[in-house]
Amino acid sequence: MNAAYFIPALPLAGFLILVFFGRRMGEPGAGWLATSAIGGSFLATLVTFADLWSQPADARSVTKGMFTWVASGALNVEAALLIDPLSITMCLFVTGVGTLIHLYSIGYMHGDERYSRFFVYLNLFAFSMLMLVLGDNMLVTFLGWEGVGACSYLLISFWFERESAAVAGKKAFVTNRVGDFGFMVAMFLVFSATGSLAYVDIGNAAHDLASVTAGGIALMLLLGACGKSAQLPLYVWLPDAMEGPTPVSALIHAATMVTAGVYLMARMNPVLHVAPGEVMTVIAVIGAATALFAATVACAQDDIKRVLAYSTISQLGFMFLAVGSGAYVAAIFHMVTHAFFKALLFLGSGSVIHGLHEEQDMKRMGGMRRFMPITAFTFIIGWLAIAGIPPFAGFWSKDDILLAAWDKSPVLWAVGLVTALLTAYYMTRQVILVFFGEKRWRRPAEAGTPDKDELTAPEPVAEAHGHSRDPHESPRTMTIPLVALAALSVVGGALNLPFGAANYLGQWLVPVFGDHHADVGDSTKVMLAVVAIIASVLGLLIARALWMRRAERPDLEPAVLKRAWGIDGLYATLFGTGGGLVAAGSAAFDKQVIDGAVNGSGNVVRLGGTYLRRLQTGYVRNYALGIAAGTVLILGWALLRVAA
Amino acid sequence: MNVALLAAALQPHGESSTAHDPGFPLLTSIVVVPVVFALCVALIPRSRPEVVKLVGFLGALSTGLLAVVCAIQFESGEAGFQFVSKHEWIREFGVSWHLGVDGISLFLVLLTGVLFPIALAGPKIHRDVKSYVAWMLVLEAERPGSFLALDLFVFFLFFELTLVPMYFIIGGWGYENRVYASLKFFLYTLFGSAFMLVGMIALVFLTATGDAPVTFDLVELAERQTLAASTARWIFLSFAIAFAVKVPLFPVHTWLPDAHTEAPTAGSVILAGVLLKLGTYGIVRFGLYLFPQASVDLAPLLLTLAVIGMIYGALVATVQKDLKRLVAYSSVAHLGFIVLGTFAFTTTGLSGGVLQMVNHGLSTGALFLLVGMIYERRHTRQIAELRGLQKSMPMLAAVFTVVMLSSIGLPGLNGFVGEFMILIGSFVTARWWAVVGTAGVILAALYLLWAYQRVFHGAPDEANSGLPDMTWGERAVMAPLIVLIVFLGVYPKPVLDRINPSVERLIGHVEQHSDYRQPTVAAEPESSH
Repeated sequence: MNAAYFIPALPLAGFLILVFFGRRMGEPGAGWLATSAIGGSFLATLVTFADLWSQPADARSVTKGMFTWVASGALNVEAALLIDPLSITMCLFVTGVGTLIHLYSIGYMHGDERYSRFFVYLNLFAFSMLMLVLGDNMLVTFLGWEGVGACSYLLISFWFERESAAVAGKKAFVTNRVGDFGFMVAMFLVFSATGSLAYVDIGNAAHDLASVTAGGIALMLLLGACGKSAQLPLYVWLPDAMEGPTPVSALIHAATMVTAGVYLMARMNPVLHVAPGEVMTVIAVIGAATALFAATVACAQDDIKRVLAYSTISQLGFMFLAVGSGAYVAAIFHMVTHAFFKALLFLGSGSVIHGLHEEQDMKRMGGMRRFMPITAFTFIIGWLAIAGIPPFAGFWSKDDILLAAWDKSPVLWAVGLVTALLTAYYMTRQVILVFFGEKRWRRPAEAGTPDKDELTAPEPVAEAHGHSRDPHESPRTMTIPLVALAALSVVGGALNLPFGAANYLGQWLVPVFGDHHADVGDSTKVMLAVVAIIASVLGLLIARALWMRRAERPDLEPAVLKRAWGIDGLYATLFGTGGGLVAAGSAAFDKQVIDGAVNGSGNVVRLGGTYLRRLQTGYVRNYALGIAAGTVLILGWALLRVAA
Repeated sequence: MNVALLAAALQPHGESSTAHDPGFPLLTSIVVVPVVFALCVALIPRSRPEVVKLVGFLGALSTGLLAVVCAIQFESGEAGFQFVSKHEWIREFGVSWHLGVDGISLFLVLLTGVLFPIALAGPKIHRDVKSYVAWMLVLEAERPGSFLALDLFVFFLFFELTLVPMYFIIGGWGYENRVYASLKFFLYTLFGSAFMLVGMIALVFLTATGDAPVTFDLVELAERQTLAASTARWIFLSFAIAFAVKVPLFPVHTWLPDAHTEAPTAGSVILAGVLLKLGTYGIVRFGLYLFPQASVDLAPLLLTLAVIGMIYGALVATVQKDLKRLVAYSSVAHLGFIVLGTFAFTTTGLSGGVLQMVNHGLSTGALFLLVGMIYERRHTRQIAELRGLQKSMPMLAAVFTVVMLSSIGLPGLNGFVGEFMILIGSFVTARWWAVVGTAGVILAALYLLWAYQRVFHGAPDEANSGLPDMTWGERAVMAPLIVLIVFLGVYPKPVLDRINPSVERLIGHVEQHSDYRQPTVAAEPESSH
């Protein structure tokens, strides 16, 4: 199983080569090198997968050691890879979808002045993400976890000349740091309770954990996961992260990095198992609440990428709902299908943005299907998949989650169902606004006024495609990934079908998650599926009726939803202004009080010296007087002592 | 001349080398070589600054090489002092020239050896190169001197002598407010060490009873442990005050931002890189070693001050307007981590603290060099006046990013390993302090990234565009630091293998002479994969 080493090693090698020689390789050499690196990593994953598949089920967990990373006292952390069904499943879609997005970027980043730099970051990201999922212990996972966070920061602020991009990058990093606090404390708790950070050891020791300890660990992990996977209350960075180039949004902020929180929770399932039931309920409630909340916000966004961003938050909420319901397989299943269709939708939106010369406002799109047939066709497949229309991939995985939620509590199920309806609604609205209806994008050009957004758009990209103002289909490097992802979005559901022994993914993951099934009868299952389909179709039809003929419906897009219920603003006041005041207060305290005391004592000494200097008159008679007075005093004191 | 020294030093060592080595006085030569070069510099005419610089650099480099030799020949896995050399000096008071190195001091000596050549080669000096280089070399002799001293008298000598060259470097080659800063630095630290001097004399004479003669020997004193508990506590406090000023620990830190900001770049690098470590090293070597029970008793106080410093330093750093001052306040926060690890009394935490002394020296030293490079180009350190520098200086921005991420504690870079060891090690014994300290990790990201955003991001205005990127010389200066930052982040094992035994021994010593017992983590039997 030595091929496993190549899974992270190839992107790392690609990164190193590009750091030193990337600029010389230039365009498109740097892009092709990066793509081959991650493509090779995908092949290595396939080989490892085949190898693992050929093992008996109980032998499908192999640790590949490398070297001792941190060892001191009781702490002993190896840099090692854990090859098991879960990590390989993650690797498969990370490298698979990753390769397609790298390929897409070759075309998308065409003409950018920092072309090779982009691929440096992209390969570093791939390496970090693979370390995250392959790590044999929490610390190696944390290495990847922070690595993807840093790459996310670098890529969000890739067009750093734009103030908004710079701010968004910092916001993402700092918000994630709040989550990292949780991850770190979880590690400390695990270590002080079990003496190890390795997943295998944690799995063995989990039964002996006190329920309270396990609950504390689970809650701290949840905090970490909420940061990385953009759940309430730490979701605020993800919508702003759309400032990054669109392939970044697809790869990092939809398909892979943001699922890391779900992965972490699933990986730590032995501990979650021991934790009190209330903790699981907290996870499920946070997931359901986030799913519903983000879906409502997505209904009122005009920016094509922000709709998808809130949609991603909502879908991640579904995955948390699944984890909280104990349905880890459903969570992973939805993670995989979501990676297919959400990457597809983001890349499709990138293609549209590209075709329309950096236009992102859906209200200025419309009728695009005639100009970008491949983009439109594949986007429509992605839409059907996320809307939960059978037999597309999203239907099956969402159905699994709803089933598990029903088993946990009908209330959670109902929230999930409403979210599913809203999902179908806002996605239909998006598809109609972008691809159907009349062409609204000609208006500014016809009016002869310069396009405001276009002026602020990054120069090189706008320039490279600025010859004609007509939308055009994107180049081959961009459409091939779209087609591939569309195909996966159609058939992806076959990974885990709810019929008999066709739940391949579930069986494959038994060594990691055990063999759990939702305790729901067959007739109920069918009923739930039918209700879910009705909800999806209903959402779809409502949106069609409302948006097909009109692009402006202010009553359906209230300001409170556009501003995402004002949460971001609240945080800005609370932590921005409030934190600023605390920091400024500390600085003033430091200057006035602490340093003031220092300078003050300096001044006292100086003043004292100024006055005391007057005693040094230089006249012998004055000194003699002093000596005499002193002698008298001492003698007096001595006499008193003797007398007493 | 020093070729011969090197050749002698590289001679294969026999087994006796670990204990009392009568052979080549390696440690003494680390202290003496820079002095010799300083004298050479003094003989070179003032009109030949390039020769002065070259000789100075060679002096620093030879010392650095000797430190490397010392690290190579150092027996890994050996807990005690190595390369010990001991010569009687003042018999009446039991003072001897006693030097030795163990895992706790080895890497600080090495760090000194690495940072001085960089500090001498890197930043430009615009006036009186000769005196400057001479002072730097004198400073270089005193640094390892205090890390290697195993005699309280010798230690105190070096500890105090450090002030003199630093005072002149800040006062002579610093920025606008240098006179105020250098005087404050000098008086503040002198004030601290006055306490230590009193404590030291009390310790030496109070432990000299009957058949135990007066001695300043550290090892001897550490073994005596005959003081009454309350006496030991007072003497420990007097040491702690001196070291707390040096660290600096909240609330005796305000000399640092001024000294850092006003010092010339090389001065800041050395100040942050090695000088501050004197405080944290002193606490470990003289606090814990000499006063085990007292340090255990007073740990809550020091832990609290450390944690306050971590949060408070970060908060104050956030709103600094001067880039250099911001880095200075980040030091207050970072050194709090080290003190936290020290007073956790676990092998992991204390080893992490020792490692973090090295890490902080590398990262903060590198940050000061980079800020200096920006200043050379823009002649300002005001964050508000800088903007969009990444556009014209992509290489400098990239290097800054790496160093910044190291300082933030990104895994894979050096800062994380130490920070994580400190936190996880202290979580076992000082849980709530560690949790608050972990929150400090969030703030570190905040102030550095915000500063980076304002300085490097955005569209540059006229004053900030067209600046030249890093020269090859500057890249050469930064390269070794970047290499070490990455290496220590990925493979700290060779370093930890040498630190751990000495730290374990020290904690064993604390356990032996106090009621403290290191808790055993509920370890599962190591599952063999």
